[in-house]
Amino acid sequence: MDFKNTVLYDEHIKLKALMAPFAGWNMPIHYGSIIEETKHTRISVSAFDICHMGEFIVTEDPSKSSLDKIITNPVVKMKALTCRYGFLLNANGTPVDDLIVYRLQTDKWMIVVNASNIENDAQKIKENLSKEAKFEDISQATVKIDLQGPKAMEVMKKLVGDSIKKLKYFQFDTFDLLGGKYLISRTGYTGELGYELYISADKGVELWNKLLADPLVKPAGLGARDILRLEAGLPLYGDELTEDVTPLEAGMEKFLDFEKDFIGKDALLKQKNTGVEKKLTGVIIEGRRTPRHTNRVHIDNTDCGFVTSGVFSPYVNKGIGFMYINADKVVEGNEVLIKLDKGEVKGIITTPPFIKNTSIKYQEA
Amino acid sequence: MNVKEGYFYSKEHEWVKIDGNKAKVGISDYAQHKLGDITYVDLPSIGKVVKQLEILTGIESVKAASDIYAPISGKVIAINTALENAPELVNKSPFEEGWIAELEISNPSETANLMNATAYKTFLAGLEE
Repeated sequence: MDFKNTVLYDEHIKLKALMAPFAGWNMPIHYGSIIEETKHTRISVSAFDICHMGEFIVTEDPSKSSLDKIITNPVVKMKALTCRYGFLLNANGTPVDDLIVYRLQTDKWMIVVNASNIENDAQKIKENLSKEAKFEDISQATVKIDLQGPKAMEVMKKLVGDSIKKLKYFQFDTFDLLGGKYLISRTGYTGELGYELYISADKGVELWNKLLADPLVKPAGLGARDILRLEAGLPLYGDELTEDVTPLEAGMEKFLDFEKDFIGKDALLKQKNTGVEKKLTGVIIEGRRTPRHTNRVHIDNTDCGFVTSGVFSPYVNKGIGFMYINADKVVEGNEVLIKLDKGEVKGIITTPPFIKNTSIKYQEA
Repeated sequence: MNVKEGYFYSKEHEWVKIDGNKAKVGISDYAQHKLGDITYVDLPSIGKVVKQLEILTGIESVKAASDIYAPISGKVIAINTALENAPELVNKSPFEEGWIAELEISNPSETANLMNATAYKTFLAGLEE
């Protein structure tokens, strides 16, 4: 299989990144040390190449919105220049993808989706949009760089000026940058203060190098990104979110707007009434071992679930993970036994996030 | 990749440094590089007896859990307890501070089944092709 390269590929090679396939793309896993990159993001700022993710633009009359009836996000109720996390679901309530919707204008939205699902998502959304709605996939033309860490605002001020301060968590705007006007949102996948920068593909290398020229900023790969998102209690499509689970089982009810229609709503209303059998929760391992994807979870000698993803957390200084277990077994502080590939290890049921009091909501006067 | 003279190497990338009837063992610079950041080293019990190329213990990195094989037969007489809280020593200093266990050995001629530094360098060059 041929893997695609992002426009930043040559830069990663120059930085001696370890490259590996991810969702059909050659992506940087680390530039030397996953753990060091994770720690750096928690104390300073890291830049991540996120060009593999997909971006769609939907334009339609909000009074006849068909997008509103497709995804779980309250797209018509959202204010312009804000973004919301949500889902594109199958009729049975399981996620095709998780996504973030940006309301660009009264009649225009951007949808940011996972790399592995771009084609599925585009097909499913287009199938269900009204004839009047306009759909455009701008993934190819768009470079996305995430800038994350407690000092990210300092770096952004140097880049676009003090106006960056006005952005609150999950707000965005366009800013003057490298001779153009580009979208920057105060969002991210690390649990820290941070920004996601969307810029035209031809400016990608210039932006990347400009960010890295700041002494506060270092590059970080997908390895660190995985630890950071897990510490922050954020799910990953393919691990915590698959077509075998529902957002209710994943504890994501607040991202479902039941006051309006969306695909999968009936199935989820039914599940809401009957209750969920399994639930997503977290685990902290007693010690430094790492729970891994598909490890079975036992409580009182009974198999009652499985690990969806796990990492060694530099912040907790222990192994941490997400797991689905029988809903009646989700009791904070209770002990579980995780069957690792080699041996087994005790863990304590812990509701994520595993890291609290981060810089994520930081505001400057 | 650093390959240290005076050490013997297994094809599984463990090293052994023999000093009389004692031998320190660890993993090579190549191995730590391939594994990535080491997050956990399962230190073997003192007194454990292992045969050459049998599993001595396990190690975990940010990427995976792996076995460590005994490069030489012997009885564990010391372990590097510094690795309990600082397994990254295996990354930082694979041949010195990152040693894993010390064995009492009875048959130093088993090094015939291992590679010296020169042979290991050639072996690594073959892997990189």
